[in-house]
Amino acid sequence: MAALAPARRWRNPSALPGFGLSLGFTLFYLSALVLVPLAALVIRPWEIGWSGFREVLADARVVHALLLSFGASFIAAAINTAFGLLVAWVLVRYRFPGKNVVDAIVDLPFALPTAVAGIALSTLYARNGWIGAPLSEHGITVAYTPLGVVVALTFIGLPFVVRTLQPVLVEMSREAEEAAATLGATRFQTLRRVVFPALLPSLLTGAALAFARAVGEYGSVIFIAGNLPGISEIAPLLIIIKLNENDVAGASAIGVVMLAISFVMLLTLNLLQAWSAARK
Amino acid sequence: MTHRAETLRPTEDHPLLRVALIAVALAFLGAFLVLPLVTVFHEAFSDGLAAVWAALREADAQSAIGLTLITAAIAVPLNAAFGVAASWAVAKFDFPGKGLLVTLIDLPFSVSPVVSGLIYVLVFGLQGWFGDWLRQHDVKIIFALPGIVLATIFVTFPFVARELIPLMTDQGREEEEAAVSLGASGWSTFRRVTLPNIKWGLLYGVLLCNARAMGEFGAVSVVSGHIRGLTDTMPLHIEALYNDYQYVAAFAVASVLACLALVTLTLKSVLEWRYGDEIAAVHHH
Amino acid sequence: MKRLFSAVLAAFLSAATSAQAADITLLNVSYDPTRELYKAINAAFASDWKAKHGDNVTINQSHGGSGAQSRAVTDGLDADVVTLALAYDIDAISAKGLIAKNWQTRLPDNATPYTSTIVFLVRKGNPWKIKDWPDLVKPGVQVITPNPKTSGGARWSFLAAWAYALKAPGGNADKARAFVQALYRHVPVLDTGARGSTTTFAQRGIGDVLLSWENEAHLALKEQGGDQFQIVYPPASILAEPPVSVVDKNVDRHNTRSVSEAYLSFLYTKQAQEIEAANFYRPRDAAVLASHAADFPRITLYNFAEIFGDWQKAQATYFADKGVFDQIYKPGQ
Repeated sequence: MAALAPARRWRNPSALPGFGLSLGFTLFYLSALVLVPLAALVIRPWEIGWSGFREVLADARVVHALLLSFGASFIAAAINTAFGLLVAWVLVRYRFPGKNVVDAIVDLPFALPTAVAGIALSTLYARNGWIGAPLSEHGITVAYTPLGVVVALTFIGLPFVVRTLQPVLVEMSREAEEAAATLGATRFQTLRRVVFPALLPSLLTGAALAFARAVGEYGSVIFIAGNLPGISEIAPLLIIIKLNENDVAGASAIGVVMLAISFVMLLTLNLLQAWSAARK
Repeated sequence: MTHRAETLRPTEDHPLLRVALIAVALAFLGAFLVLPLVTVFHEAFSDGLAAVWAALREADAQSAIGLTLITAAIAVPLNAAFGVAASWAVAKFDFPGKGLLVTLIDLPFSVSPVVSGLIYVLVFGLQGWFGDWLRQHDVKIIFALPGIVLATIFVTFPFVARELIPLMTDQGREEEEAAVSLGASGWSTFRRVTLPNIKWGLLYGVLLCNARAMGEFGAVSVVSGHIRGLTDTMPLHIEALYNDYQYVAAFAVASVLACLALVTLTLKSVLEWRYGDEIAAVHHH
Repeated sequence: MKRLFSAVLAAFLSAATSAQAADITLLNVSYDPTRELYKAINAAFASDWKAKHGDNVTINQSHGGSGAQSRAVTDGLDADVVTLALAYDIDAISAKGLIAKNWQTRLPDNATPYTSTIVFLVRKGNPWKIKDWPDLVKPGVQVITPNPKTSGGARWSFLAAWAYALKAPGGNADKARAFVQALYRHVPVLDTGARGSTTTFAQRGIGDVLLSWENEAHLALKEQGGDQFQIVYPPASILAEPPVSVVDKNVDRHNTRSVSEAYLSFLYTKQAQEIEAANFYRPRDAAVLASHAADFPRITLYNFAEIFGDWQKAQATYFADKGVFDQIYKPGQ
């Protein structure tokens, strides 16, 4: 394909060819497959009007489901932040036998289908499961409680923090740490005031990614959640329930809210990444 | 280990601490990752190999496997083509709205799978925008293969693009500009300069995209129609078996997908191991 | 594979017989627990039709929660026939113009070839001594039942409990409501479908009593181990009528009306009624029912229409948004 004639360029983006083709195809594909269908979602609730929309969202059951989905995702993201930092540190800074296998397995939640994860987790944490049995002897029930939802969402978000931190940890030179040590800081002080702040942007990015991923999760949660309205019913399930009641507008309303919050999260994420890039 | 505290280098952690941290990390990963994986295989093989084989040879399982493969075979190349086009546009050119475009490309990543299926029902379902038109022309989208493919494309939309955009941005434009200034055409430049540089990123993206495409459950569940032997993908077939009290069979099919996951991870690791230096070199991170 | 086989068979037979043998495919969209039933019925119908007309009929099945299936059909799932859990779900399809308004009178017995009821499945030995509905709300008892919003069987269970309290001596609407409210306070997990609840109870070991379709309970005994569970029939329960209908718009488009109507009529024949009884659905045919009397204890069966009127009202009152069920689950219970 010859370089595009300048006829339709409103400015010269670059000396390279293919701008029109690549951007055109990108926009077309994006619009047809993502934007137009999402528009259908956004438009649908309006058939019940703004007041109807507000009513759906004010309903206690909907509020609970959203709180559960977002709340459990937040807790799961927090767990993944703490342990993800630990795992990333261990994988980058230490050597131990089998490290490569461990490193590879971190990506399992990316590769394993959600339904498979769902039935595996619900089998594992059921009252007669390998983990569920000893836990229930101590009075802790995981399956069919919000705790089960948190466990499933922790699984789902696990790789995000680790994979976001690893390249940063690898890159991070030890000079700053060594300088701090020479200046008399203890190891702990060094970690707290030199290493941790340097990792913070990536840590937050990873946590935000894990959170965004967890909020809408369905397949792995649905087998282990209790689905009790107001207690252990996740928002995506509520969408399905409303759909099956023929309340398409209501289902779409919840979908729009989740979409809006996800969009805001994404924007924040991208801003975070821009900030951390600027800090380098 | 015979280090004494005073002989530790300033950026090393105390060996006991190291052991403790490694142990905790492994315990966490073991509980959350390894055990579920082991559970799948344990349940699958609890009746022996013959039962697993029978479950996989069964007609509905075979058509589920076929449907999953066809869906991935359509969705993944399309998303790969898109990923390449989008990263070319974003990385090699400057234009206003680039940040917004990237955010929009990322959007499906954080949309709930249930919503991802719902939107296509809203557009193509009988009560949706094009429903009547489609019915009149006897075109089946929802509750048939096209709907499943669309939902899968949506859910795996950003995988390749997300991998390639930062990569190509990092790599900059100098090499391509040099090629163009030497008289190479656009395609030629792409084929001989860009493609070799991005091939590992592309491969990663395709691997992850494929794994997700084959394993997608929520979105496909909404648009599938659950017709046994026709519109059940493997994850849906697993759910169906689970609901039919055929737990061993359900886990047997699940173990196929789990194996696929392990193969994906292994491939990724092998690639990283063998071509690690090349990857680091093109990554400029 | 099925299609290839059918094609080869058709070719062979059309050579063997002089008649033109067609390949016909139907889609039966059904509710959750009927998988085993329709596997058997479809095989019987296919050979019956083959013998009479020479065509090869393949019937594809889709199963799911009754409400979900109803929604799928209105969204375009190309069903030739629907065999759902309750009349409301077929009415909903009819309301969208896909099924004629008089669908329920087109076939005998309110278009219901088989009936069922709601029974209790308990652990072997019945440790909680569950005999009747009030036992379900004894302190500490955990009841498993699916979500009425998504499951047809769950709606029948809800109404059965309501009817019991209503019909009990001194019963009225308020008492019924209080009873049902108490009942759902004993439910630790709501699965989306009947099958999910049975799995939760039988496989996961959750709960002390499962409220289930009669046929589901028997199937659970068969598949999950008769030595672990037993069925308890309360003295009174509801007569659950899962109706069937052709989907007019679709069969006319596919030109499958005659086969579809024959398929549904087939459900009333002795042969099919025997299959239904064997799968623990109560056949309409009195003779078949009598010959299987051991499987179907006679209990008082409340009549839905008498107590609740019609499904439009019942759905709106109890299960629709902000209905009684939603009110029961108001947080802060």
